[in-house]
Amino acid sequence: MTDTMATGFPASTDPDVLLSATNIKKSFGGVHALKGASIELRRGEITALIGDNGAGKSTLVRCLSGIHPPDSGTITLDGEVVSFGTPKEAQKHKIETVQQNLALVEDLAVWQNFFLGRELTHGFGPFRTLNRKLMKSTAQTLITDLAVNVPPVSSKVRRLSGGQRQALAIARAAGWGGKIVIMDEPTAALGVQETEKVEQTIRSLRDNGVAVLLISHNFDQVMRLSDHVWVMRAGLAVAGRRTAETSGEELVALITGAKEA
Amino acid sequence: MTTIAKERQGALQSLLGQTRQLSFWAEHAAPIGLVALVIVFSILSPSFLTFGNIRAMLVAAAILVILAVAQAFVITTGGIDLSISATMTFGAVGFGIAWQAGLGFVPAALIAVLAALIIGILNGLLIAKGKVTDFIVTLGTLSMATGLALIVSDGKPITVNSSELLTLTSGSIGPFGYPIILAAIVGLAGWFVMFRTRFGLHIQAVGGSEESAVANGVSAVKVRIAVYLICAGLAGLASLLLVARVGAAEPAINTAYLLNAIAAVVLGGVSLTGGKAKIVGPIIGALLLTALTNGLTLLGVSQFYQPLAVGLVVVLAALLTRYQKK
Repeated sequence: MTDTMATGFPASTDPDVLLSATNIKKSFGGVHALKGASIELRRGEITALIGDNGAGKSTLVRCLSGIHPPDSGTITLDGEVVSFGTPKEAQKHKIETVQQNLALVEDLAVWQNFFLGRELTHGFGPFRTLNRKLMKSTAQTLITDLAVNVPPVSSKVRRLSGGQRQALAIARAAGWGGKIVIMDEPTAALGVQETEKVEQTIRSLRDNGVAVLLISHNFDQVMRLSDHVWVMRAGLAVAGRRTAETSGEELVALITGAKEA
Repeated sequence: MTTIAKERQGALQSLLGQTRQLSFWAEHAAPIGLVALVIVFSILSPSFLTFGNIRAMLVAAAILVILAVAQAFVITTGGIDLSISATMTFGAVGFGIAWQAGLGFVPAALIAVLAALIIGILNGLLIAKGKVTDFIVTLGTLSMATGLALIVSDGKPITVNSSELLTLTSGSIGPFGYPIILAAIVGLAGWFVMFRTRFGLHIQAVGGSEESAVANGVSAVKVRIAVYLICAGLAGLASLLLVARVGAAEPAINTAYLLNAIAAVVLGGVSLTGGKAKIVGPIIGALLLTALTNGLTLLGVSQFYQPLAVGLVVVLAALLTRYQKK
């Protein structure tokens, strides 16, 4: 770890770095949401993004997932400079986002939601039919791999608990071969037990080599889960820390600005 | 052996247990209602369950079955097509005009379907692209299609003496007349499209949660346009049966078909808010409504009571659907 990384201007020479966003700026009208933020994500790590409300976390994440193209700055993925204007383009670069509303259809079964928009079919042209068997078994395998409390894939999402829904949405993002999975407050609405199960899912995602970017307001969770933490304040990533080398107190001080990075 | 017997007993008990719950009756309102009606009418009228009457009922049900399947596609997306019967009328008049002009059966039939599709594309574009409420759009096209049918036919029925149409009404395989066979094919195709194709899944997704469907890359606009086209196309197909049945292309309003088509879908357990697809249910709903009308006629009940009976059944069914399992 070099000093330059800690100040938020990473040197992208580290081979472990999968994605680096450098000097990202984004304004909405007169509001400068991002004033040149820079962060890095490493392979097989959970990277947490913390900061007060309005610090620019969500905007930065939206830039990375293709929802808002940044005004300026570069995003480097696997050593290549990339840019995407839509979530679809980000998905092509294997960046998947678990949306806060989860984007699940309650009236459809788990496997149908898992494959929605990317269904597997057999046959040709207009005679293509859904390959239900393959979709069910694939969804079952991929969800079982990741989540602990898996519902049967044929059950309707309406019958799933909040944690199961979250696990399904995460498994779906990972199931599409996402190299990077972005999650915005994945456990915000969950109880203690369900939070624990979702955290296990996120850990198994990391153990499968996925780079996870996690926005969280929960310091305990950040300390428990993450390998690296980026602190945002006023549109900038003001500090980057290895989780093992920091403490909750230091992070709070960095967020409020009581301590300069 | 004993375990099988036990399992059977268990299955029977769980079935009996289910019947004590209101949701069981709500889920299966249409088939239970149909069976109940058949039992009641066959006791009250000896001619109800005769070969001839069953055949006649099935033929009479054909148009409504097709319209119910058509409406089910639209209602699954959370929409509604109030113009469905007017579209059918417009198609029928289109057939009549083409036939009168000396075109053969097949070209005239194609014109009927095309005429209906014009209304369908209008509905689809206004609702999906124009973002106008489905209720208002289809109420407008109901009036427009009715008016156009009156204008092009000059308000007079066009008599059609087509041997093909005669075969269509009178031909049969066993107790199944050609119209109900056509309706059954439509039902099968509808079921297949809804539950076995990518497009069908997208219809259900858009109806369930448009926002989530779009977030997963489904084009809600295309899906909505497509269901209104399907609905209108099937109404055009039904118009052939209508002309065959009446023997003429009439610019009549056919409001009963509109109400009964929606009623059949509701009876079939499809939620008007969308997302819950059913094809068999609406078909059974259409058969039930036809059996109800037929039975009342056999019993000599005045025609005036039939809309009242249909209305009561539909309201009761709608009340029952509140107890469906989520």
